[in-house]
Amino acid sequence: MSDAYVVGVDMIKFGRFPDKTVPQLGAQAALMALDDCGLTINDMEALYCGNLGQAAGMVGQRILQEIGQTGIPVVNVSNACATGATAFREGWAAVKAGLYDLVLAVGVEQMGKGLLGGAGGGSGIPREGLLGSGTMPAVFAEAGLEHSRKHGTTFEQFAKVSVKNHHHSTLNPKAMYQIETPLEVVMNAEMISYPNTKLMCSVNVDGSAAAVICSEKKARELGLLKRAVRVRASVLTSDPWQERDLVMPDVNSCTRLAARKAYDMAGIGAEDIDLVELHDCFATAEILHYENLGLCGDGEAGRMIDTGEVALGGRIPVNVSGGLLSKGHPLGATGIANIYEVTTHLRGEAGKRQVEGARLGLTHVIGLGSACGIHILEKV
Amino acid sequence: MSAKPLPAVSYLKIPDDGDPYLEGYQCGACGATFLGERHVCSKCGARDQMKPKRLPNSGKLYSYSIVHRSFPGIQVPYISAIVDLDDGTAIKGNLVNIDPDPEKITFDMPVEVIYGDALGRKDREGNSYLSYFFQPKSA
Repeated sequence: MSDAYVVGVDMIKFGRFPDKTVPQLGAQAALMALDDCGLTINDMEALYCGNLGQAAGMVGQRILQEIGQTGIPVVNVSNACATGATAFREGWAAVKAGLYDLVLAVGVEQMGKGLLGGAGGGSGIPREGLLGSGTMPAVFAEAGLEHSRKHGTTFEQFAKVSVKNHHHSTLNPKAMYQIETPLEVVMNAEMISYPNTKLMCSVNVDGSAAAVICSEKKARELGLLKRAVRVRASVLTSDPWQERDLVMPDVNSCTRLAARKAYDMAGIGAEDIDLVELHDCFATAEILHYENLGLCGDGEAGRMIDTGEVALGGRIPVNVSGGLLSKGHPLGATGIANIYEVTTHLRGEAGKRQVEGARLGLTHVIGLGSACGIHILEKV
Repeated sequence: MSAKPLPAVSYLKIPDDGDPYLEGYQCGACGATFLGERHVCSKCGARDQMKPKRLPNSGKLYSYSIVHRSFPGIQVPYISAIVDLDDGTAIKGNLVNIDPDPEKITFDMPVEVIYGDALGRKDREGNSYLSYFFQPKSA
């Protein structure tokens, strides 16, 4: 099987756009990605659309109503925070299988402000605050303190993740926020769920991102290989059984499983990766994933953030886009927005935040429930 | 309206005679335990091996968060706790009768399961509910 390539990719600047519809936001990114490779909707043979908020609302078809109803097959995808990555992967799989030469993947989300999650119903009374918390900040706080109990990770170390990612976002014009947040500001922000303060929680934003995926033959034929990025690995996992996973959603096992499969598929090791966009939905989560993705050994994540190894200019820069913490986290769009970020670096077009000489990059998302999507992309 | 309080969750059992207790299901093939009724083991996939099991009322604190912001109407702060019961079953709930202060809370601290009214919460028919909580085990 020949490789599949990202030939066009883009994202809108994340923000709050209450006057736009979800299909309008998706259409915007779709057209930008098509323009990025000089193609039109008439060249696309299928559309894979990721969205959560209107999962039953045929968002992909409504995007085509905005940009061209060509009659192509549309698959609408919903897979928690792995939604965008899943849509991308479905497109990749179809191109790899030889079904199509050119497909479009779009991720889009319009979000309100406020807490996500919450313990589900079932009985006649609400369970939130009665049987613990199902809010996302609390769930990821519990996962973070599990790391503390094993490795002694401190509140301050978790907070440093936020300082780093907010700093990175000052170099990214497409990030929701571009504001420096010193350590004392992060630690003294409103406590949401200890140890996650408000500045350690990802930002709910509206956003969209899109990618054009192309077969090798077609990319060559169209002369698109110059700015193309090769998909070296595409992996999706669900959570394998773990003893506590019914009460404590497990974000670790499915990431470790996906990382192992992705490195195998690409025939490389974690040490070969030049930059990583990982799922920092909360500052606590980022720490876990340094180890889950093999960027360091178990118990070494605290050192990674203390020494700046994961900052721009460090050994393995993580979330140079600003991450979900500052760029923002439009759920269904996130998995394609991180493909945009890594592709931009591999093309050498990332401006002030460019990771110099980047040849291989990894994207990671995790949706609670759970779904983990990992892509490894390579400069051609 | 029920004369007696109803269980807040299906795995809390309230016998007509005797104390309330938590019920798990254990797989006869691999030994994994789960909260609540199920027929297939999600660890090993065995069918028709699940047997109900009365869960112990004591365990240790595995992980937690101190929740300062929740949904409207939910009283904060409170401690959301993950507890490993003595038989290894993991369960989540509120840790009470301790200050919501990370300095006071230690991993693996022994806790016991206590039963009480579900914080005054009632359903639309006005039924009261019985829930479970964790508290530090008295020395």
